[in-house]
Amino acid sequence: MKLEIETPRHLVDVQDLKLDRIEPTTDGGLRIGALVTNTALAADTRVRRDYGVLTRAIVAGASGQLRNKATTAGNLLQRTRCPYFYDPNMPCNKRKPGSGCAAIGGYSRQLAVIGSSDQCIATYPGDMAVAMRVLDAMVETVKADGTSRAIPIADFHRLPGEKPHLDNNLEAGELITAVTLPRPLGGTHHYEKVRDRASYAFALVSVAAVIQKDGSGRAAFGGVAHKPWRVEAADAVMTQGAAAVTARAFANARPTENNAFKIPLATRALAATIAEGKSA
Amino acid sequence: MMSEIEMSRRGVLAGSAAAAALAAAPPAEAQPAKAPAPAIMPVSLTINGKRRDLNLDTRTTLLDALREHLKLTGTKKGCDHGQCGACTVIVNGERINSCLSLAVQHQGDEVKTIEGLGTPDKLHPMQAAFVRHDGYQCGYCTPGQICSAVAVLDEIKRGVPSHVQADLSARPQPTDIEMRERMSGNICRCGAYSNIAEAMAEVAGATVKEMGA
Repeated sequence: MKLEIETPRHLVDVQDLKLDRIEPTTDGGLRIGALVTNTALAADTRVRRDYGVLTRAIVAGASGQLRNKATTAGNLLQRTRCPYFYDPNMPCNKRKPGSGCAAIGGYSRQLAVIGSSDQCIATYPGDMAVAMRVLDAMVETVKADGTSRAIPIADFHRLPGEKPHLDNNLEAGELITAVTLPRPLGGTHHYEKVRDRASYAFALVSVAAVIQKDGSGRAAFGGVAHKPWRVEAADAVMTQGAAAVTARAFANARPTENNAFKIPLATRALAATIAEGKSA
Repeated sequence: MMSEIEMSRRGVLAGSAAAAALAAAPPAEAQPAKAPAPAIMPVSLTINGKRRDLNLDTRTTLLDALREHLKLTGTKKGCDHGQCGACTVIVNGERINSCLSLAVQHQGDEVKTIEGLGTPDKLHPMQAAFVRHDGYQCGYCTPGQICSAVAVLDEIKRGVPSHVQADLSARPQPTDIEMRERMSGNICRCGAYSNIAEAMAEVAGATVKEMGA
C-alpha cells in the first residue's frame, strides 16, 4: 500500500473478532485462531512441545517487531512476490496481469526453481506456511454467505500458471477463521533456513522436516516455488537419504542460470536436518 | 482490555466511518483533480501514561500520529515500511513497527515511546547504558534501538523463543547471540552494533565475555 501497488478503497479492521485463541481439537490436534500472533503461536508451550517445526519456522522469519503484529491468517496471506513486483516501472504479471515478467531473464537468484510458469517465477516468501505444509494443517474459512469450509494447506496456495496475480484459492469475501493442526507426529522437528544473512532475510532455501527414529519422515521446502513445496512421493524415500528425496521432489525443476544452485542447496539443507535428527 | 460499552461504541464509529468513506467515494466520471474528502475518525490512546484524543484521517499510521499530530518526534521515520526498525515503539508491552500500523487500530492501546522511557535528567537504564557504551553514532536509529532493546530483555524474561535457541523447552538467557538475533529488526547504518550489544548486556546483567559466541 505504501508503494501504491495495492490501493484498496476500504480496509476492514478484523482485530476484535476474538479469533486469538489456541485450543485443543477433539481429535488431539490444535486449532489456532486466525488472529493469534506469530509470537504467541511460536511461544505456546503445546506448539513448542508437539509441533516444534512450527515454532522454529516462525522464529526464523521476519523480525521480533513484525512477529508481534503478524497473525496466523495474515502470515498465510502475505503476497507471493519478487523484487520486480515492487517496482512499478517494471512489467509484472502479478502486479498488472498481462504486462509481462521482468524476472524471467532478469535477476532471478532468489526466485523459483520449480512449479513456475512462463508468466511468473516468484517465490512464496513465508516460513510459517512451510512448517504448516509439513504438518498437513487445514485452513478453516467462512464465506460471505456464512458457509464455512476447511482447505488442506496443500491446496491453499496456488502455482502461478496463467493467473499469477492469484496467490491462493480463497474466494472474494472469504475470511480465514483458524488453522488446525492434526494430532502430533512425534519424531524430531527441524527448520533449516539458508539465507544471505543470519537473521531477518528471506530464504534462499528452507526445509521444514519431521524425522522419525526409523529414518522415515517428511519434508517441505521454502524459497523454491510459488507455494510451500512438498512431494509426498519424495517423503516416501526419506530413509534413502536427502539426495533420493530431492531427486524426486525437484524432478521437474526449471531453474534459471542464476538459481540452479538452489537444488543442490536443498539437498544439503535436508541432509543437515536428517543428520540433526539422528544426533537428537 | 475494553469494556462492552467501549466495544459497541467503537463498532458504531467504525460503521459511520465506513459510511463516510462510501459517501466520499467519487463518481466514475469525477474530475481526477478533485480528491475525495478523507475519512476522519476519532481515536483515543494512552501515550506514555497520558490519554490523548485525536481525530485522524483513517490512513494515518501510528508513527505519523506520534510525530505529526502529537509532536513526539523522538520516534523516527527511517524506511517507512518495516525494514529498519527506527520507528519501534512499545504497544501494550510489545514492540512493534509504528510505521506499519494504522493509528485507528490502536483505540484504547497503551503506547510507550522513547520520550516515555526516560528524560535527559532521569535516563532509563537502557538509555544510560547506550550513552556509557557509545551505542550510536548519528543517533537516528537510536530511539528505535532503545525501545527494541528494552522490549527484547522483557521478551527473554517472559520466555519468548528465538531462532538461536537450541532447546525450545528451555528458558532463553540474555546471551550476546540471543540479543543480537532478537535485535535484527533494528538496522544501524553507522554500525554501532557491538556497542549496542554491550549496552544491552550491561542492562541484562550478562557478562560481555560471551561476545561473538
